[in-house]
Amino acid sequence: MSHKVIVPIGPYHPLQEEPEFFQLYVEGEKVVDIDIVIGYNHRGIEKLSETRHYDQVAFLVERICGICSSSHPYAFVLAVENLFGGEANIVPERALYIRTIIDELQRIHSHLLWLGLAGHFIGYNTIWMWAWKYREPVLDCFEMVTGNRNNYAMFKVGGVRRDLKDEDIPILKKAMDELNPLIEMLRGAISDDPIIKMRLKGAGTLTKDQAIDWCVVGPTARASGVNIDIRRDEPYGAFLLNTVDWNVVLEKDGDIYAKTMVRILEMQDSINIIKQCLNKIPKGEIDANVKDIPVGEGIGRVEAPRGECFHYIKSDGTNRPVRHKIRSPSYMNVASDKVAAVGGTISDATLTLAAVDPCYCCTERVAVIKKSDNKKIMNGWDLVKLCQEKTDKIKAEMLNE
Amino acid sequence: MDMRDRIKEGLGDKIKEWQDHSARRIYFSVDKKDIYRVVDFLFKELGLRFSTATCVDTPQGLEMLYHFSFDKSGELYSVRVLIEDKNNPEIDSIAKQFRGAEWIEREIWEMFGLNFKGHPDLRKLLLADDWPEGDFPLRRKNEP
Repeated sequence: MSHKVIVPIGPYHPLQEEPEFFQLYVEGEKVVDIDIVIGYNHRGIEKLSETRHYDQVAFLVERICGICSSSHPYAFVLAVENLFGGEANIVPERALYIRTIIDELQRIHSHLLWLGLAGHFIGYNTIWMWAWKYREPVLDCFEMVTGNRNNYAMFKVGGVRRDLKDEDIPILKKAMDELNPLIEMLRGAISDDPIIKMRLKGAGTLTKDQAIDWCVVGPTARASGVNIDIRRDEPYGAFLLNTVDWNVVLEKDGDIYAKTMVRILEMQDSINIIKQCLNKIPKGEIDANVKDIPVGEGIGRVEAPRGECFHYIKSDGTNRPVRHKIRSPSYMNVASDKVAAVGGTISDATLTLAAVDPCYCCTERVAVIKKSDNKKIMNGWDLVKLCQEKTDKIKAEMLNE
Repeated sequence: MDMRDRIKEGLGDKIKEWQDHSARRIYFSVDKKDIYRVVDFLFKELGLRFSTATCVDTPQGLEMLYHFSFDKSGELYSVRVLIEDKNNPEIDSIAKQFRGAEWIEREIWEMFGLNFKGHPDLRKLLLADDWPEGDFPLRRKNEP
């Protein structure tokens, strides 16, 4: 007779320190089912948004998430600009470049944050400290350009709020030039390390068919071979002008290793994109000074670090939206853990759940319960330890060989 | 063949109203009873990606929008369905066809009270477990 055990993980995800609740059903070491409970962080932002005017909503949606705090306002302003026929119709060229620079800087800092946490998770605290150290100069860039390390308050309907100063451009270029070899070094450290490869390859696999069935987006989809990237499919910002040369990063294995590589290569792409934008940014206006918002419906989509961020706006011509629907990328990705973690071992579970880079602000907790008597046997921290011990075991085995 | 033509040809008179809204934004409305087959056609046969669904409480009824993304051209096809009966709103669930629609249907069910017939696991997603029955926070009746 099978002996099922339930593993609750929570009230905080051991990786992201955000409220979420995963209940893992395990038989021995193997995860047989998983139940995801979210909603601990539901703040009713869609409803709140209907009570704010369009200028305020940009600030409100920025606070959905501190990590992708440019993706949400960007998708929102794109949705409103869709009422005008699109971003290209009203936004000045210089503002398009500034928007893309901010958005790509955000991708770098978000991926570095994830990489550090993933490193900590598998017991590689050096990767964690390196990645977070290299994230600091990116945040400094933000502070210099926008005045804030997070929640940049740059986006408004029709343009951006702050101009990029001429004297900032060489400093940004230098920061990007210095960051590139560091990311290359991190890439080398991960792709050349046999232990990390053994640990991440084949773990938490999401196949291409599953990725399509669960409608996942962003790096989670691209690591499974689903070729989607809003920046290419529906260009916005500087991508609209066809002046930026870049490629969509695609992997096919769908395991945690593929997801890691996609994110690292994307950071290098983002550095490239920012450098090109800094070289090509024209002089001119940064704001179209939009006064009235037309009646109608608009949809804005942005490739956030975690995938497609979707905002829908319905306007009745007043200064407030009638309906504002927000769908963050993690909403689609977290649900797919239901297949990615099932079939794997408990020691991989936390890492698999973390591999989609879950963001519960956007979209929520873990424990291990014995299925036969529903008794809790482990909590989140025990699981992190389990995860790190597995790496140590592989390490010890390799040293002995 | 262009995706618009393929949809028009494949769905025929199921499409009640077609609107080329702006570049890459297409809305069309279908009847409530056809939604299962329309979604099946868009997702399975044409291979469009389900982006999300939106529900809006309008004076005419609950309006559902199913957003499908055709990523090769970046076009977004939004299928509009009006559910007139606000007292007992019902529509066929599309979560039976692909798992990606499960959460959004659960969310709309709790926020608008729209019942998805045949949903495999219709229970609360975001609201607290002790949220009062029959109180749907995004319905208009809550407003003065």
